[in-house]
Amino acid sequence: MKILVTVKEVTVVDDEFEIDGLSIDDRYVTYDLNEWDEYAVEEAVTIAEDVEDVEVVTVTVGPERADETIRQALAKGADRAVRVWDDRLAEASMLDPATKARLLGAVAEEEDPDLVLTGVQSGDDSLGATGVSLAERLEMGWAAVVNQLDLSADEGVAHVHRELEGGVDEISDVELPAVLTIQTGINDPRYASLRGIRQAQSKDLAVKSLDDLGLGPDALDSPIEQTALYEPETEGEATLFEGGAGETAGELAGLLREKGVGQ
Amino acid sequence: MTVLAVAEHRRGELRDVSDQLVAAGYDLADETDSELHVAVVGGDTAEYGDRLNRPSVDVVHTVEAGAEFNHDVSVQAVEQLVDAVDPTVLLLPHTVNGMDYAPAVASQLDRPLVTDAVDLAVDDDLTVTRELYGSKVETTVDVHADRAVVTVRPGEWPPADGNGEASVEAFDATIDESQVRSTVTGFEEAVSGDVDITDADVLVSVGRGIEEEENLDLVRDLADALGATLSASRPIVDNGWLPADRQVGQSGKVVTPDVYLAIGISGAVQHVAGMKGADTIVAINKDPNAPIFDIADYGIVDDLFDVVPALTEEFQ
Ligand SMILES: Cc1cc2nc3c(=O)[nH]c(=O)nc-3n(C[C@H](O)[C@H](O)[C@H](O)COP(=O)(O)OP(=O)(O)OC[C@H]3O[C@@H](n4cnc5c(N)ncnc54)[C@H](O)[C@@H]3O)c2cc1C
Repeated sequence: MKILVTVKEVTVVDDEFEIDGLSIDDRYVTYDLNEWDEYAVEEAVTIAEDVEDVEVVTVTVGPERADETIRQALAKGADRAVRVWDDRLAEASMLDPATKARLLGAVAEEEDPDLVLTGVQSGDDSLGATGVSLAERLEMGWAAVVNQLDLSADEGVAHVHRELEGGVDEISDVELPAVLTIQTGINDPRYASLRGIRQAQSKDLAVKSLDDLGLGPDALDSPIEQTALYEPETEGEATLFEGGAGETAGELAGLLREKGVGQ
Repeated sequence: MTVLAVAEHRRGELRDVSDQLVAAGYDLADETDSELHVAVVGGDTAEYGDRLNRPSVDVVHTVEAGAEFNHDVSVQAVEQLVDAVDPTVLLLPHTVNGMDYAPAVASQLDRPLVTDAVDLAVDDDLTVTRELYGSKVETTVDVHADRAVVTVRPGEWPPADGNGEASVEAFDATIDESQVRSTVTGFEEAVSGDVDITDADVLVSVGRGIEEEENLDLVRDLADALGATLSASRPIVDNGWLPADRQVGQSGKVVTPDVYLAIGISGAVQHVAGMKGADTIVAINKDPNAPIFDIADYGIVDDLFDVVPALTEEFQ
């Protein structure tokens, strides 16, 4: 069995930052493996440990810098990685779900996985649409926001819980092959061991261009264009207590006592 | 031109987001001089159809399609309805079930998709406002196409209300069962533990800013000193540091205490959904741009590891 896990390098913005055109000024950003994808990787690696003969392949759309993030997934136990890149993607301020699904879909078609795991959403764009777009494109079954997975490869079914609003789970059966978007909390992601980190360095990380994937340049055509990026006007009317911690804590304590708290 | 909004229901109830979608649809239809159509797929379509007949709605389409949401059925039904109605903008909810079918609908229809809209405007193009980086930044996205699918963030539009004069029409969708690859077999409610955070008058709520499990004692001590109940944002529960019944938010509990003290919590939309109804919200967070300050009544922009012990001391 083969499991394909989509992973994304997300942009993490510092507390204080500046905007430069349509993006956050480089000086105020760091990059990390998307939180939701950590759980997707863990789920795949756990399955590979429990079931015989499972290969876990990760796929990313990202620049060379993203190799660092991909190695994190390899260090946690993924077997190999594919990274898709085209320099024109650097200019696209926002990758729309259809474009992403086209690129990831081309890799999925090459790999022909039995199961695809994605994160529910990414922590930076939070579009929350990649997994289901991809499933539709690949004509696979799917389930979004999965917080429990019991794979029954013999029956060709994934028994899943989908986390709905208000503490209610939907229980469903999804035919394989399928794309499942994984919710945080589904498992307990491991830390990479030193051995894992060392091994990750020698694992296969294939870089693919659009050409390699048989995609024409129009694969990047998108009707969606980001036109502005700005800090929202704060709607807040919060009264801020200022000063050292002793002072602010004292003022807050006064407020809380006024409200009858801690009496 | 037509705007089409599709309602959401679950287990016998039309969900609140439905009337918000109608409101968003109304704004858009008004701005573009379009008709406003609303649809409901499955469930008690007679009752829901009636409910969705809000002022300014022109047509309500009811589609018989089983009792509960199934994404494969919804995708087919909505696709056929779109073929019949040809809306310029199709509005779906950015809910868990919305996330489970909107991308597939857009992909099937080959229309661009923008998710989680907090505002919509039409100039020449449709412009969607959405948030990035955990709501620190807003962005506008233009759709250069004459048809689009947009999912709308719950809680952003005040719900439509009242009775309208729409015609309520049954729409027959043909569901190809061979394309139905998933079956909903049931629902499960989260089991509740011994503490009910929805009962608490004062909640001390802790988020990822606490960094380590060992540090939880800091907020436990504060809660004890205040006679408050301890609750948390999702990562604390995901990490297994506190049980699930302590989680505040979209997938946890909705709480309405007199005082909600958010410590090291950024104020993500799914968290805010669970606590915005608190009487007084106090935030302690070192990031002055954290969105929690948008809804807080009082705040301290500082390191929680300095402020929390000092606050505890005030009550000992
Ligand atoms: C479908 C879905 C459902 C979800 N349901 C829920 C839900 O029910 N409840 C929920 O909470 N989330 C939910 N989430 C997750 C949500 O999107 C956020 O990821 C989560 O709320 C973030 O939790 P946080 O604020 O504790 O962490 P973060 O967003 O990481 O924020 C931590 C904050 O702590 C501050 N901080 C760090 N160090 C310090 C310090 N030393 N002193 C002071 N401040 C500090 C930081 O400035 C930051 O603002 C859901 C997400 C999805 C996709």
